[in-house]
Amino acid sequence: MQLQALQDLVHTTRDARRKQTLPKFPAAERDQLIKKYHPDHRENAYRLITFGPNAGEKTVRELAALLEGDSPVPAELDLTPTHSTDVLVVGGGGAGCAAALHAHAQGVKVLLATKLRLGDSNTVMAQGGIQVAITDEDSPVQHFLDTLKGGHMQNDHQLLKTMVEEGPSIAKWLLELGVLFDRDADGNLHVKKGGGSSKPRLLTCSDYTGLEIMRVLKDEVLNQKIQLLEFSAAVELLSDGTGACTGAILQDLDNKRYFVVAAKTVILATGGIGRLHIQGFPTSNHYGATGDALPMSYRLGAKLLQIDTFQYHPTGAVHPEQLIGALVTEGIRSEGGHLVNAQGERFVNELDTRDVVSSSIIRECEEGRGVRTTTGRIGVWLDTPLLDVESGAGTLEKHFPAMVRQYKRYGLDITKDPVLIYPTLHYQNGGVQIDVNGESGARNLFVAGEASGGLHGRNRLMGNSLLDLMVYGKRSGRTAAERAKAMKHGALTLEHLARFRSEAKKHGGALATHSPMLFPDYVRKEG
Amino acid sequence: MVVDKSMELKGFDKSVAIDQEEVLRPKMVTVEIAGKKYEVPEGITVIKALWYSGQEVIRGAGCLGGYCGACATYYRTKDDPKVRTCLACSTAVEEGMSFTMVPPFPARKAIYRMAELKDPKQDLFNLYPEAPLCRNCNACTEACPQGIDVRDGVWQAVFGDFKKVSEMFMDCVMCGLCVPVCIADIAPNLVALYASRAQGAFFSEKPKRLHDRIDEIAQGKYQSEWNRVLGMNEQQLKDVCAAIK
Ligand SMILES: Cc1cc2nc3c(=O)[nH]c(=O)nc-3n(C[C@H](O)[C@H](O)[C@H](O)COP(=O)(O)OP(=O)(O)OC[C@H]3O[C@@H](n4cnc5c(N)ncnc54)[C@H](O)[C@@H]3O)c2cc1C
Ligand code: SF4
Ligand code: SF4
Ligand code: FES
Repeated sequence: MQLQALQDLVHTTRDARRKQTLPKFPAAERDQLIKKYHPDHRENAYRLITFGPNAGEKTVRELAALLEGDSPVPAELDLTPTHSTDVLVVGGGGAGCAAALHAHAQGVKVLLATKLRLGDSNTVMAQGGIQVAITDEDSPVQHFLDTLKGGHMQNDHQLLKTMVEEGPSIAKWLLELGVLFDRDADGNLHVKKGGGSSKPRLLTCSDYTGLEIMRVLKDEVLNQKIQLLEFSAAVELLSDGTGACTGAILQDLDNKRYFVVAAKTVILATGGIGRLHIQGFPTSNHYGATGDALPMSYRLGAKLLQIDTFQYHPTGAVHPEQLIGALVTEGIRSEGGHLVNAQGERFVNELDTRDVVSSSIIRECEEGRGVRTTTGRIGVWLDTPLLDVESGAGTLEKHFPAMVRQYKRYGLDITKDPVLIYPTLHYQNGGVQIDVNGESGARNLFVAGEASGGLHGRNRLMGNSLLDLMVYGKRSGRTAAERAKAMKHGALTLEHLARFRSEAKKHGGALATHSPMLFPDYVRKEG
Repeated sequence: MVVDKSMELKGFDKSVAIDQEEVLRPKMVTVEIAGKKYEVPEGITVIKALWYSGQEVIRGAGCLGGYCGACATYYRTKDDPKVRTCLACSTAVEEGMSFTMVPPFPARKAIYRMAELKDPKQDLFNLYPEAPLCRNCNACTEACPQGIDVRDGVWQAVFGDFKKVSEMFMDCVMCGLCVPVCIADIAPNLVALYASRAQGAFFSEKPKRLHDRIDEIAQGKYQSEWNRVLGMNEQQLKDVCAAIK
């Protein structure tokens, strides 16, 4: 069938679909679906890590190579610092800015270094919102349970409890900084329902929640005159010889030179891994999402958690070609948008957790009920015009202006026609193991935000990441600052790296590549 | 049409359609990048055209999703004298297009402590004394790739309608394209950001429900519930979660 005919089918089946209610899958069926179709269960995409703190555990090949990769830093590099600070924050997304602001508020010297410009990050793209349990029908305990269920019961209880309990005060902090959350007519914060949550709990700033939060935090970092180094990427940590972190080696991306920052405490807030294109998936992530904290912490001896599980967001764009991998916000499904296969049928309860919905889309496509795009990709429909049909003309325009604009740029009108989607690599569920103050297994090395692991279990719920960033940005920032006040700078050595390198030499194939990756290599070499 | 199955399912676009089967190979178009001509596949984004032509882009690439404003670009289409602006990550190339990325511009950002402002609408004139000197040339509005009525926004800020400003600039990606064009040396995006933040921090209602919840947590309202839940064994907790609707 032609694409147009398939698209027409979405229009003609709409009324019938509206009358349908699809139950969620029973537990057994759901587990089977995930096992069979979720990319986390593709055995050949994984391998065992051969040495280091996670030796013997499995992760995707792309990440394993980086963890066992070599530092770009030559052993004989002069370690005389060019900068000295109490707290070094690495990463200028939501977690990094929150950490820097809270550390600064403790009155210590903070240096914030980031790979791109301040704010160029995953955070700036968050559309769906931030989860905070504030309504009468809801509670922090319910938030805890929903998250636990979504995470397949694998979440760290203490990290999770702390996050949900601190949610409301985080919302207050953001409001005081001037973040404009959507309101109800009575002035209370408006809450929306998110996938996998039993109660409406998402605070939003239209569909620009991340952009709004990032704009404000960025502005505040500048107002507080926190020392900022942009286009400066961390490539290696420094240690005192006993495994404690004492600073980092950064690379100035304008002249490629290395320089040394001595710090009493270091907070890595470098975000996720989408740009590793695990299993060849497209990604929703920003240009610098290459998981840099993972190999750096690993070499220093910090243990990683749940690095065998990644989140594939169900609705990544597969058409038009320019939007490949870009996110179509979950909000559209929250507000009632249907997922529809090539036969014009729904096939999953759209509000089920992301792993279930993604698996079911992959199933439809692998079993021949997907729709082929003009460039040979495959996907299923997301019935966007349905929202205007259900809630009145202008609904999409009003609630999802960013989404409407994203497609309009390429001449597609999502208020009139459905869009084609397929799962896109979205989020790293695990990361560096941390305690409730954000400290990793290596002393004085803190990790905050998407780079850390444990809190979200094996599947993160929508809206929980933004909260994670703010809560653990704050906790790590404060703790790192308090710690720094009570101590002196440690020795600056690469002893851990020497140890890592000699360990690696015992394992064939290790050190085959350099890590961290910093950026994906998209530049065409021949031609 | 025969398509490699793995390719079809994964759909990774490392080099856009470059590695695809011949039948899917897109038409090539000629574009001019900073004055040099290159052949690139039709319809790829401007930023991908830069990569395709062999150029490394670090300054100029950020979110790649149209949200961060790192990729501000000037472009012109074939035979049209009008120079337009766009976000390079979110604009498709076409035959005869010429473009150049815009370097960062040294705009002045005012430094302020939100909590210490007394009269934010008045303070605007101390922080950004140039704001009321707008000469209505409308260049900022024309430069905005997000379609914001920037000129009007500046005036609304000056008139003190911060609420309107905050609504108008919710789409602002801070690309800064409205700044270098301003003949009055105003940075409209920064003026708007100040007004929006002040709107949030000063002129919005205190959300009662949120404050009640903070008090409830502080007073230990959920303690017994926590004790119950955290005291459960794995199976009990699993059952409770399984029962959530
Ligand atoms: C499209 C999209 C939509 C999303 N929507 C939502 C949502 O609605 N709700 C929600 O809760 N979550 C959402 N998420 C998830 C959430 O936005 C991210 O998990 C979160 O923002 C990560 O924040 P972060 O601060 O840890 O990392 P980021 O925001 O990615 O910031 C990392 C920063 O570190 C820098 N960096 C990286 N490596 C280095 C290095 N080696 N040296 C120096 N700097 C470095 C990066 O350039 C970047 O500035 C979404 C994610 C995406 C991609
Ligand atoms: S208002 Fe200015 S900074 Fe904001 S999007 Fe428009 S041109 Fe860019
Ligand atoms: S460019 Fe400057 S002077 Fe012209 S309308 Fe905009 S703010 Fe006013
Ligand atoms: S790279 Fe962020 S808007 Fe283009």
